[in-house]
Amino acid sequence: MDKVIIAKDLTLSYNNNETIINPSSFDINSGDFVFITGASGSGKSTLLKSLYGALPPKKGELSVGGVVLNNISSKKLNFLRRHVGIVFQDYKLIREWTIEKNVMLPLIISGYAKDVSELQVQKLLTHVKLNHQLGKYPLELSGGEQQRVAMARALAHNPIIILADEPTGNLDDYSSQVIWNLLEGACAQLKTTVVVVTHHIPETMKVDYKHFHIEYGSIYEVT
Amino acid sequence: MKSLKSHFSLIAALFTILFTIQVYQILDRSISSYEENLRANYSMVVIATSTLDEGPIKARFPLVRSLDEISPDKVIKRLEKDMDKTSLGLLRATIPKFYKLSLEHYPQPEEVDMLSSKLMNLKSIKKVESFSQTHDQIYKLLVLYKGVTQIFAFAIFIVTMLLIAKEMRIWQFQHQDRMNIMALFGAPMMLRSAVLFRLAIMDAIIAAVLVIISFSIISANGWAEPYFADINIHVNIFNYAQDSFLHFGIALSLSTILASLLILTHKEEV
Repeated sequence: MDKVIIAKDLTLSYNNNETIINPSSFDINSGDFVFITGASGSGKSTLLKSLYGALPPKKGELSVGGVVLNNISSKKLNFLRRHVGIVFQDYKLIREWTIEKNVMLPLIISGYAKDVSELQVQKLLTHVKLNHQLGKYPLELSGGEQQRVAMARALAHNPIIILADEPTGNLDDYSSQVIWNLLEGACAQLKTTVVVVTHHIPETMKVDYKHFHIEYGSIYEVT
Repeated sequence: MKSLKSHFSLIAALFTILFTIQVYQILDRSISSYEENLRANYSMVVIATSTLDEGPIKARFPLVRSLDEISPDKVIKRLEKDMDKTSLGLLRATIPKFYKLSLEHYPQPEEVDMLSSKLMNLKSIKKVESFSQTHDQIYKLLVLYKGVTQIFAFAIFIVTMLLIAKEMRIWQFQHQDRMNIMALFGAPMMLRSAVLFRLAIMDAIIAAVLVIISFSIISANGWAEPYFADINIHVNIFNYAQDSFLHFGIALSLSTILASLLILTHKEEV
């Protein structure tokens, strides 16, 4: 199976040089569903940031989708991000744009034709059961609905990996379940690699998954 | 409403800069026109013992526009009652030649001094009257007027630029979220900043159009004409082609430079 994420002695720290992640090595295969857990401040989100290139490795090597993230150029980083879908706890939707345009964003960036983009957005919004709301703005939707829009946006450009940072952190049980179903669907049906940072792994998971836990700056796989 | 307010702030700041530039243009044109009037009215008087030819004088002194002999007939006519014909004939034969010397432009005091001393080096020239005191006073007043205007315009320019920079910072703050989100999905810098540029260009065009309309109205109404006529000058308050081009150029350059600076100093959130 292809390795889509490879970390070798990966060390992460912010500008203050305090090490967040100690030298760690791990691989994630294509099509894997991976949970990263750990206490608050353990470095889960920091690790996820490094996976989408917002935080470069301090030491060691990190590659995502075949792109080495050490000293990456902005051009290469943009290329990588056009193949990654990201979901955040706070949704990160563009407030001045309609949900249709928000979902279309990755397609606009990747240069898809307008008619193709519109069709894809229609399909995805139907999939997340929001096709009747496409003219609305994010702040007109509930938290659960906004996260479904964010999910649709993350899936829009058929990414090779979906990175989700506590995607259900702000949601009620029903909305959380909808998001887990969408993530599981992406992994099971589209064979997309899914990496989720969370505090709790849902008990209702239907797909096989890997579980990495971070404690005191060290990453280890829970078997 | 918020967005409208932020638009208004940038448009107002750009409008102030363009308005000041146009006022400065008008002042500069009125000074030039006044200088032209002074030049037309200003002349030096040269007294020579023999006839002077205009050609060689003009060739030697490029500042000289024309050299015209002042006829002594008027003065001699006044003396006809008091002097006999022989004395008048003698006077006519010995009286020096008077010339009116007009210049190409309104001269600086140094140019007047230089020209006077060079003319005095010519053998036949006995005296050069430059009326330097009067000339000096008027010229210094003009220079002072110009200087004060320049300082005033510069001060307004600096203050307004600071205002625009502050306004752009607010813009950066407003657009930061969107730019960061677009960056997360791999949008290149140009695509991320397209909205900022679009807003900057739109505001620049609106500000330039407002200034053009304002000065077109002032120019068409002729409100300022009597004031210029009082000091015997004619000033074109608004030159449609030249001034419009200038205002669009300045407004677009300023806003795009500032937007570019904002984008270059933008740092992605980590």
